[in-house]
Amino acid sequence: MSKGQSGLGKSTLVNTLFKSQVSRKASSWNREEKIPKTVEIKAIGHVIEEGGVKMKLTVIDTPGFGDQINNENCWEPIEKYINEQYEKFLKEEVNIARKKRIPDTRVHCCLYFISPTGHSLRPLDLEFMKHLSKVVNIIPVIAKADTMTLEEKSEFKQRVRKELEVNGIEFYPQKEFDEDLEDKTENDKIRQESMPFAVVGSDKEYQVNGKRVLGRKTPWGIIEVENLNHCEFALLRDFVIRTHLQDLKEVTHNIHYETYRAKRLNDNGGLPPGEGLLGSVLPPVPATPCPTAE
Amino acid sequence: MSKQQPTQFINPETPGYVGFANLPNQVHRKSVKKGFEFTLMVVGESGLGKSTLINSLFLTDLYPERIIPGAAEKIERTVQIEASTVEIEERGVKLRLTVVDTPGYGDAINCRDCFKTIISYIDEQFERYLHDESGLNRRHIIDNRVHCCFYFLSPFGHGLKPLDVAFMKAIHNKVNIVPVIAKADTLTLKERERLKKRILDEIEEHNIKIYHLPDAESDEDEDFKEQTRLLKASIPFSVVGSNQLIEAKGKKVRGRLYPWGVVEVENPEHNDFLKLRTMLITHMQDLQEVTQDLHYENFRSERLKRGGRKVESEDMNKDQILLEKEAELRRMQEMIARMQAQMQMQMQGGDGDSGALGHHV
Repeated sequence: MSKGQSGLGKSTLVNTLFKSQVSRKASSWNREEKIPKTVEIKAIGHVIEEGGVKMKLTVIDTPGFGDQINNENCWEPIEKYINEQYEKFLKEEVNIARKKRIPDTRVHCCLYFISPTGHSLRPLDLEFMKHLSKVVNIIPVIAKADTMTLEEKSEFKQRVRKELEVNGIEFYPQKEFDEDLEDKTENDKIRQESMPFAVVGSDKEYQVNGKRVLGRKTPWGIIEVENLNHCEFALLRDFVIRTHLQDLKEVTHNIHYETYRAKRLNDNGGLPPGEGLLGSVLPPVPATPCPTAE
Repeated sequence: MSKQQPTQFINPETPGYVGFANLPNQVHRKSVKKGFEFTLMVVGESGLGKSTLINSLFLTDLYPERIIPGAAEKIERTVQIEASTVEIEERGVKLRLTVVDTPGYGDAINCRDCFKTIISYIDEQFERYLHDESGLNRRHIIDNRVHCCFYFLSPFGHGLKPLDVAFMKAIHNKVNIVPVIAKADTLTLKERERLKKRILDEIEEHNIKIYHLPDAESDEDEDFKEQTRLLKASIPFSVVGSNQLIEAKGKKVRGRLYPWGVVEVENPEHNDFLKLRTMLITHMQDLQEVTQDLHYENFRSERLKRGGRKVESEDMNKDQILLEKEAELRRMQEMIARMQAQMQMQMQGGDGDSGALGHHV
């Protein structure tokens, strides 16, 4: 799921990440399309393939988030959507005749786009992440990073990291879910040095030093998307897709989903409504190490 | 006089030459002596580079010890108005520049009230000027009215945001709005053109009245006309600000250093900074005139219509107050005279060295 105010390059970045047109591009906005009055949730599903491995990728975009004059509670539709997916999964799971592979529409990862002001997070960013870091894996990303020089970038990242820490916002990878020392050291390094990733996205190719690279062409130079000296797109891509993709799914399933499930079962004193038959047959909530629901 | 007179009065001794053609020079000299005043307001979300741009435009440092608040502090903050005045001088011409900053604008989660503070500030300045203008002593009226408002638009969006539209509509009848696209080094040339066009379309669609450069007069030279045409075609200006000197192509320029190149602030191919500066300098006088003739007069007529009776009686009150004060003065002088007479009588009863105490009244 990609979140953030309009114009931060979310669609372009997702396209760049998956090297295909998986997201409706911002440039296809024609005059009739206005900023939506409320936050909309648009989910588009694609099947992409690489090296014989197929992946069903669903990108959920949220146009209208944070664009209004009054943005109070604009995270609520999103929280609702995420919980709805958990609910769907839960219903399927407790079903008598359930499918072998439950269709998983749960949100595994939420890329939150931070506007590169160079100052600090916006109050809206803080509020959103506070509410949603408890229900979904949030990966904060600094959008349009080509607007900051190297010093500004590292200062900004430091400030953002500090603000997130001071406000108790646990973004992915969360400290408490590190399973062993190896994971911990690896994740610590990512958490304290690289994140939030400052990225630049582009789907246009240019010729640089004899190679064709993805980039942005400006009168003062070409910004190469995959050049680590220019921006951290490659780090983000490796992180999300090449190393932590499975982990994202596992944390979603084992932790966020279980939290939701436990809360639901406790609230209703049993099952989600509609499946009353199995009330007594279902074993009690398993004593897996669930983080206490805040 | 080395000024080239376009008419036939080249020789001062020519019969029929009165000499009032020298008037512009006199005006010039007086204005230079008096100095110029200009109030510029900057409005825009935090982090759009407003302070950097102002510092770059006027080559000063208006915000020496600035602390940028974190997000948690911003949640509680309301919009502030901070006016800083600086006197700059260039070749003997003094400019008293006041920059009105509006920190906190657009920060809150709910920005419904964020322009109320700004509007009441603008109105307050008009009110004060109106009051001074209608007062008795009009010699030293200080003009703190806002002559121009730079409204900073985010380059990250797809055009105007609802807050931008609402704000501009609320103040376009009170102040000259100059929309500026901030941090223009984020955009490629194509994106910039698209964004400018989109912004202009939306401004027209919402009937927002931004400041329009006056057309060049027909008797101006071609260069000036061309310059005006270029300026008009580039609105809204997309700018980059910086006061850092970077080495580029063998010389030191003001710019921003990126791993992929250097953005030069004063390079017209990189951004419209020079155009913005030219516009401001060339049209400073016009901005002041429009503020005086259009916005202020609007305000004044609205105000007088509203508080019509009130203002008239205010004038009458003033006369009355004057009369009363004169009466009081007379009374007090009489009292003093009486007291002095009394003292003299006492002294006469005593030493008699009160000769100095004469009748002053």
